[in-house]
Amino acid sequence: MSILVDASTRILVQGITGKTGAFHTKQCLDYGAKIVAGVTPGKGGETFEGRVPVFDTVSEAVAATGATVSVVYVPPAFAADAILESADAGLDLVVCITEGIPIRDMMRVRRSMTGRKTRLLGPNCPGLITPGRGPNSTGGCKIGIMPGYIHRAGRVGVVSRSGTLTYEAVWQLTSLGIGQSTCIGIGGDPVGGFSHLDVVRLFHDDPETDAILMIGEIGGAGEEDAAAWLKAHRRKPVAAFIAGVTAPPGRRMGHAGAIITGGKGTASAKIAALKDAGVAIAPNPSEMGRTLAALLK
Amino acid sequence: MNLHEYQAKDLLRQFGAPVPHGVSVATVEEAVGAAERMLASGAAVVVVKSQIHAGGRGKGVFEGGYRGGVQICRNAEEVRRAAAHMLGCRLVTRQTGPEGRIVRRVLIELGSKVVRELYLAVLLDRGSARPVVMGSEAGGMDIEEVAVKTPEKILRVDVDPLLGLQAFQARRLASELGLGGDLLAPASKTMLAAYRAFWECDASLVEINPLVVAEGPGGEASVLALDAKINLDANALGRHPDLLAMRDPEEEAPLEVEASKHHLNYIKLDGNIACMVNGAGLAMATMDIIKVSGGAPANFLDVGGGANRDQVAAAFRIILADPHVEGILVNIFGGIMRCDVIAEGILAAVQETGLKLPLVVRLEGTNVEAGRKLLRDSGLSVIAADSLADAAQKIVAAVKSR
Repeated sequence: MSILVDASTRILVQGITGKTGAFHTKQCLDYGAKIVAGVTPGKGGETFEGRVPVFDTVSEAVAATGATVSVVYVPPAFAADAILESADAGLDLVVCITEGIPIRDMMRVRRSMTGRKTRLLGPNCPGLITPGRGPNSTGGCKIGIMPGYIHRAGRVGVVSRSGTLTYEAVWQLTSLGIGQSTCIGIGGDPVGGFSHLDVVRLFHDDPETDAILMIGEIGGAGEEDAAAWLKAHRRKPVAAFIAGVTAPPGRRMGHAGAIITGGKGTASAKIAALKDAGVAIAPNPSEMGRTLAALLK
Repeated sequence: MNLHEYQAKDLLRQFGAPVPHGVSVATVEEAVGAAERMLASGAAVVVVKSQIHAGGRGKGVFEGGYRGGVQICRNAEEVRRAAAHMLGCRLVTRQTGPEGRIVRRVLIELGSKVVRELYLAVLLDRGSARPVVMGSEAGGMDIEEVAVKTPEKILRVDVDPLLGLQAFQARRLASELGLGGDLLAPASKTMLAAYRAFWECDASLVEINPLVVAEGPGGEASVLALDAKINLDANALGRHPDLLAMRDPEEEAPLEVEASKHHLNYIKLDGNIACMVNGAGLAMATMDIIKVSGGAPANFLDVGGGANRDQVAAAFRIILADPHVEGILVNIFGGIMRCDVIAEGILAAVQETGLKLPLVVRLEGTNVEAGRKLLRDSGLSVIAADSLADAAQKIVAAVKSR
């Protein structure tokens, strides 16, 4: 029914008592996500919203609650430490929502996580969601900051570097009656965990995902890497949209990773690579849902 | 954040890289004074270099026709003339755009007799998430062109971020660049210094182009960083107050500086249709669909995930400060943000600014009906749109019919 997480996933929240962490944790609890623990150093022993125990350290939280996935909302200066703490505790997955982490910190984190079983999603990402079958898609697993109600349980996998552009795409799918298996935001930073390719491969191996909608943007070579793999191994229909055809070179378009440098990372090069791999390209962002829908017929 | 050449060289010097002796000055008199001291202590030539955040200075042209943002001078009079032509004047290079940049400082530097020009840079390799040191014997040239036409001329050393650049890696790169023998030690020391500057300053780029082999008066060879460029990771400036103090707001577009004060991400573009969007990806996509619909975006503007009424008002002021703007498209996907709150912000901004231009608003998401109703009942001429495509078509049509 999904990749990486499902309704039974046991989640802990790092930074649960901060403003952002508290707000989104409430939303996720209301959606039905199984948030079993919070971690805020110095606030161990407290209880969040009368139902989630708070611990001083991740290892204590894991020992007491059996959490396997962590979501990180701590401020950028402390986020790398938080990710490493969860990797050290042996969690399966760390989802880092925090925006603005220095690249140097992320280089160290990525290097330190090499060879460990813990996978990283983000940073600077909306998180991931496996929609449920209740009203407004509740009853699923929502880990992150996306609005739950725009989703609908189904069989299309969505992967994207963006937040609101993903919501736009998901909303187009849901409005067309097309549900999603899992929607994953990999984040807009130049150094992060899961790549487009990593997620596309997971969707290919998931028997409950029939088609993939991939949303990319200028900068880096993640979309090209996914295209190269798809050209050789594609077994499922894939639609894509790449944002930033009009973006000028040398300027960071909001996301730290969205920049064309040295003629590399242009939208046109990414679109050409994906077309060559047999991926259907949405001609504009209003057609993301319909481009995917056309592949299901 | 970008640094000036003189600031980059000061940093490289602190980390132990060999940099020509130089002084940065803001007036013609200071320029002449600095040059006179260098000439008096035996310098044959001094170089006057315009300090702006753009490359291509040597081949640049000043407003008024004076050619060359970098001048080699043999006496104080030549320095006076060069500095007078540069300071306070607008320099246009292939990187500045036609509007150019005003030169506010010049670097007065000891001239060197250059024997060889090489290229050295430290930057992030996004694919491996590691730093990479790049070197090339094709120095002083446009390295991007070298990378496209003759990629084999660029040598790469991948660095383990937990270890840093190792001395043997620097020696090997130096040797492969033909900097062996007596030059091996100074060249590898320069590479290690460039790497340390990259790592310890949280830089996103340290570039020495050209790195030169120079010949002294007695024929002895030395290695020198003749030009340098450092870009810093904006996310890390919080832990580097000394580097943050090097920021030169004069080099940044005034509207972009104003936007950053309100935590808005604004980039001015050349078109006439302004857009205001929440989220960077959606903002780029909105620019794209304006183009597809036959218009031209005037800006990128991301108001962020939790914009409040004041930020929306500031966003409108910034958009309207661009005289080329003939229409505005607001595209908000209110996921966590509530559409009625956004609508209130838009209405307040419209009234506050006395907006006369066509405004198309597309709202989607939480409380969307309440938001649309507020706009409809306001009595203000706000054009409502119900999809991204509809919004783009409506604003393009409205601007064309003005």
